[in-house]
Amino acid sequence: MEFFKIRRDIPFMRHALIFNAVSLLTFLAAVFFLFSRGLHLSVEFTGGTLMEVSYSQPADLASVRSTVAGLGYSDVQVQNFGTARDVLIRLPAQKGVSSAQQSEKVVASLCAATGGAMQPDPQQDGKQVCNAAAGIEPLSLRRTEFVGPQVGDELAVDGLKALAFVVAGIMIYLALRFEWKFAVAAIIANLHDVIIILGFFAFFQWEFSLPVLAAVLAVLGYSVNESVVIFDRIRENFRRYRKMNTVEIIDNAITSTISRTIITHGSTQLMVLSMLLFGGPTLHYFALALTIGILFGIYSSVFVAAAIAMWLGIRRDDLLKAGAGRKDEDPNDPNAGAVV
Amino acid sequence: MNRYPVWKYAIIVIALLVGSLYTLPNFFGEAPAVQVSAVKATQKVDSGTQSRVEEALKAAGIAAEAITLEGTSIRARFATTDTQLRAKDAIQKALVPDPADPNFVVALNLLSRSPAWLTSLRAVPMYLGLDLRGGVHFMLQVDMPAALSKKAESLAGDIRTVLREKNVRHAGISRNGQTIEIRLRDAQTLEAAKQVIAEQFAELQTTDAPDGSDYKLTASIKPVAARNVQDQALKQNITTLHNRINELGVAEPVIQQQGLDRIVVQLPGVQDTAKAKDILGRTATLEVRMVDESGEARSAELGTGPVPFGAERYLERSGQPVIVKKQVILTGDNLTDAQPGFDSQTQEPTVNLSLDAKGARIFKDVTRENVGKRMAILLFEKGKGEVVTAPVIRSEIGGGRVQISGRMSTVEANDTALLLRAGSLAAPMEIIEERTIGPSLGAENIAKGFASVTWGFVAVAAFMCVYYMLFGVISSVALAVNLLLLVAVLSMLQATLTLPGMAAMALVLGMAIDANVLINERVREELRAGASAQAAIHTGYDRAWATIMDSNVTTLIAGLALLAFGSGPVRGFAVVHCLGILTSMFSGVFFSRGLVNLWYGRQKKLKNVSIGTVWRPGADAPAKLD
Repeated sequence: MEFFKIRRDIPFMRHALIFNAVSLLTFLAAVFFLFSRGLHLSVEFTGGTLMEVSYSQPADLASVRSTVAGLGYSDVQVQNFGTARDVLIRLPAQKGVSSAQQSEKVVASLCAATGGAMQPDPQQDGKQVCNAAAGIEPLSLRRTEFVGPQVGDELAVDGLKALAFVVAGIMIYLALRFEWKFAVAAIIANLHDVIIILGFFAFFQWEFSLPVLAAVLAVLGYSVNESVVIFDRIRENFRRYRKMNTVEIIDNAITSTISRTIITHGSTQLMVLSMLLFGGPTLHYFALALTIGILFGIYSSVFVAAAIAMWLGIRRDDLLKAGAGRKDEDPNDPNAGAVV
Repeated sequence: MNRYPVWKYAIIVIALLVGSLYTLPNFFGEAPAVQVSAVKATQKVDSGTQSRVEEALKAAGIAAEAITLEGTSIRARFATTDTQLRAKDAIQKALVPDPADPNFVVALNLLSRSPAWLTSLRAVPMYLGLDLRGGVHFMLQVDMPAALSKKAESLAGDIRTVLREKNVRHAGISRNGQTIEIRLRDAQTLEAAKQVIAEQFAELQTTDAPDGSDYKLTASIKPVAARNVQDQALKQNITTLHNRINELGVAEPVIQQQGLDRIVVQLPGVQDTAKAKDILGRTATLEVRMVDESGEARSAELGTGPVPFGAERYLERSGQPVIVKKQVILTGDNLTDAQPGFDSQTQEPTVNLSLDAKGARIFKDVTRENVGKRMAILLFEKGKGEVVTAPVIRSEIGGGRVQISGRMSTVEANDTALLLRAGSLAAPMEIIEERTIGPSLGAENIAKGFASVTWGFVAVAAFMCVYYMLFGVISSVALAVNLLLLVAVLSMLQATLTLPGMAAMALVLGMAIDANVLINERVREELRAGASAQAAIHTGYDRAWATIMDSNVTTLIAGLALLAFGSGPVRGFAVVHCLGILTSMFSGVFFSRGLVNLWYGRQKKLKNVSIGTVWRPGADAPAKLD
């Protein structure tokens, strides 16, 4: 089987301006939504209490909301989590009240709202469970999460540090491996992916949690290597086709790597799709961030990174400084151009 | 040209054998078990204890699948959770006759069903995180400023004693935050006081300033000593937490220092979260002070006058107010143990305290000077103080053994002893992060993570096999080997596997296939350019290697950043991510090349390679732009 039967080089760079304009618009939109709507940060970042309550019947969110609001919490979020019977409740952090008291109070009042009462569980000594008259358990607390406000701030700072570390690390690596122009082009292209992922999360108000942050950084590392493959090919072409001009060389490089690009990303996306379908609500946004990252990763490495490198003025001399003749003979040379 | 020397195959075979061996325990699943361990470090769990456990089970007519002694604990495995619960009761009854004074912790646990020969090779299943097995996670912040002020307070007391001994007259010593202020009348005594402090208190540094006609000497704790105090406080709190958690009966608690002033507590399998929080959240500190018995204090006690200077008003548990002096005689640091007991003569319930050497000395001095007066033991919880007991000193007490008796029931004595024991925290702590995961949710998370990995793997493998034919099959086998090695490495390292970790596993498989796609595409390209089959395989692998390195390095940079700066779920993700990238280099390139060499390497006149369609665009020369 062969999907990519490309007879001649596709003139990608002829449309570079359009691609970059599209990119810039998406980027600006993402920035706009980031500022106007902001990220819907999870409890891990904001501090507060998160409770997952499982009902035996499909839950009535409105009544849950009014019950919790009746306890005097002003900013309560109640939503379904995965199924209609699982409910996620987010409470803001309160000074002076421990999370234990908070979650116990909420469960007790929710239990009372369903007509049950908190009783000690006969099987597990000491544990309180909600029991209704007929001996059934109308609701149970599946998990709670409490994060103090100071932890949240630290996480945000650590997240930014990690991002800075990745950006610096990749730039240094690319500058050593190629040249600063490529490093700049690759990092601009891929940072713009990151902003766009964040923009999606801001626009749809999806929950931005720690795993999503991990996904964003993983995508950054992953899609940079896409640019690396293309740059490798550009260098190789500079060496091989002495008569071509820069634009032709870039077009050829992109065309000859496109099948690999699509297949690799397709395979990774298959995995991510599997997570999206089977991973349940906990992994949902993680997989979603990866999906957006992978799709825009292809776009940005193919259309944006190479074009920026072109505009930064890459030339044959930049890449072939050190004795080009020797390299072709020695396949073990670490500086030899990688090819696909 | 496409042959591996024997040693390379040997490496592959060894890696596969070791990989399978260490992956194997994960397939046996887990059995309910009861774990017996000692409460105190002095208490030994040995073969004698094991035979007691065996007897107890025999007497109750319960058959255990296996009873083993491992390190400091005995583990008995059972067929069903029902027998597990009955066995726990039986063992509890036999080993812990007095629940108030337990020597052993009898806890429910899950044990791997893997056979003994695997366990003896240290091949154990992956260590599952709390989100996969259920349990409670806490992060506690130790209040370090409080630890320092407390240290300053006790140093102020020491300075007072030493200055008195050295006959240096001062006009008052007080603690101001974390510094100690000493007022002195003239320059001569100032010098003398400075001398004494420099000699006797290495951890203090002093500055002096004239204050009106007097002099003020300010002593503060040196930064090095302050760090020491903080370390000690953290260590003591960790020890105290260990003791408290033993009360809960958790099989494998994790209590770790995190950063400079934090402690992480993980209690896998704990259901009774309320009690756990209660015990951990009991951020109590203990202080012994004298009761102010002046006339002013009496009237303040009755509510008719103001609290005198240098004293504070606290309530007893019965609600009776007590006016105590601000000066702290002893803190929880000096208390080594508190146990309920009975007076040998009157048979009254008592609480027996043991003090350390320093505490004993101070206590002797204080009691000698204050016979007939009252002393109060205060417990501070979350900034609020409460008088636990305020007994009258009957005589001088030396030797560090203190007995509190009178007006107490057995239950009260038990409670007081427990409160006093729990009070030996060096500094208060606050829960700043908490996660509780129910066991059903944990099992669900495992199932979901497993399904994600499986279906993703099947989809990718199916695509590879269809698109690249035999090379795709080889790539899929390499991918399976990658998974095998990754699980083996995780089992060996006993790195914690979490749900994000399982996501990383799926993701890393999706990324690892990249190496094989690169290789296969390159081989196709070589064939397209008209290379012979053997040469195409050879250059395909060689040329793709540099790109694979590049792609892995950038991914690894991101993985390392997550490992360095991430915490909790992110770290779980990062560990699997980084390890997966490393194993994929082995399986994707080295191992898959081995398979290809094995299949094609010996065929001298190889015409066709099964790598799917090799499409040729008519002419050999690369297409040009017009």
